Amino acid sequence: MTNVQIVGPASQLKFRDPDKARALAARLSVLCAEIGREPISLMHVCGSHEQAIAKYGLRSILPKSLDLIMGPGCPVCVTDQPEVDEAVALAQDGKIVATYGDMVRVPGTTKSLADAQAEGARVEVVYSAEQALDLARGSDREVVFFSTGFETTAVATAAIVLRGELPDNFSILSAHKYVPPAMQLVAQIPGIKVEGFLAAGHAATITGWGIFEDFVEQYKIPIVVAGFEPLDILAGLVRLVELIHDDRVAVDNMYPRCVTHEGNRVAQEQMWKVFRTASGMWRGIADIPDGNLRLRDEFAHIDARKRFNIDIAYLWEHAPSALTEQCICGAIMSGLASPSDCELFGKDCDPSNPVGACMVSSEGTCKIWHQYGGRPEL
Amino acid sequence: MCLGVPGRVLEVNGLLATVDFWGVRRDVRLDIVDEPVQPGDYILNHVGFAIRKIPAEEIEETLALYEELMREAENDMMAADVRGEIEAAASSDTRRRADD
Repeated sequence: MTNVQIVGPASQLKFRDPDKARALAARLSVLCAEIGREPISLMHVCGSHEQAIAKYGLRSILPKSLDLIMGPGCPVCVTDQPEVDEAVALAQDGKIVATYGDMVRVPGTTKSLADAQAEGARVEVVYSAEQALDLARGSDREVVFFSTGFETTAVATAAIVLRGELPDNFSILSAHKYVPPAMQLVAQIPGIKVEGFLAAGHAATITGWGIFEDFVEQYKIPIVVAGFEPLDILAGLVRLVELIHDDRVAVDNMYPRCVTHEGNRVAQEQMWKVFRTASGMWRGIADIPDGNLRLRDEFAHIDARKRFNIDIAYLWEHAPSALTEQCICGAIMSGLASPSDCELFGKDCDPSNPVGACMVSSEGTCKIWHQYGGRPEL
Repeated sequence: MCLGVPGRVLEVNGLLATVDFWGVRRDVRLDIVDEPVQPGDYILNHVGFAIRKIPAEEIEETLALYEELMREAENDMMAADVRGEIEAAASSDTRRRADD
């Protein structure tokens, strides 16, 4: 049965500065009342934001008319089944596959890397690209780094590539995703009207907040960059609702201690030297133009897709499980549904037996709601 | 994967810094940080790389969230992600032994 811990009530929320939190919440109420329509839907696109929002029960102190939704902010969750299939096929073909922890249990079309491991393949969890390199240095076998994540991890992958000194038995299977194009797509999904985006602080540390200026101009949706402290998030929401209230289409940076207009130029240069954008599926959401990062042609020799002939067709011979068919991860990541709308949530699907990727990753909406509760009923 | 973790730089050797994260010493790469880093500076570590030097006047505020998370139980998800980020930086002891 469901074993969901609910955080709250609001009076017990732990803020570093409770007076400041109360003042921000009061300001939100006034602004929302003055806007006078509902729902006012705001979307954030970061698993760490959702962790903080759920952990500190922030939704319980938001005005009822404000709907704070998590969009496609979990890189593990949006890694597509065929990408997992490629990693599984490489592992089952005798390569050592190294990847970030949460990826191991993410289901492919019919198998996860954990399944492959159970059948004898060698899969290693690493915390960093550096550790994947160490693994290759200490082995005679081919080591494939199944590299996933948004800009923040893509820059690390780029850095080890550019440093050179890569062992001959090391290659990369890139499933890195690039966030800005996904925000454009979500902004246009029918059935949801996002009135403002809360952008993720540490991804913006790399890209800079200037990257959102064109987006705001084109889609007429304001964006505020926010940090991860509960007060940072509240302050970001207040700024966003102020912009909506004043009918202003703009980008604002409420996390200046980590984010600048230009971002980290050195990291950006390295990232674009190594990667190019490519269109491709984000699991359950859509084919996103320029939403994937693939190795450039000059790095073909370390690109696992070019070095090996990866045959994934055999993984499609069996039908996915019936439960998988019922999983609504895609709708959840597009912001169209909440975990509580899913019939499997907490029953047939929980962190020890996840059906969909959102219940696997610590940045997945379902796993976060399962641990912390999502929208506390007070 | 989105949450970087701040730490204090103890030592810099070329593109490698020894960094203190709440008493845990780790090696963090400086390949992609866009400012010079010196001992005493605070950096934001993400999967073993410094992605930002944190301005001195902002350190206290930046640390506050993490101070609280470091006191959380092992099974707290957000705290576990932060500990994972610290794990992402190579153990400076192992590295040093390997160099000897």
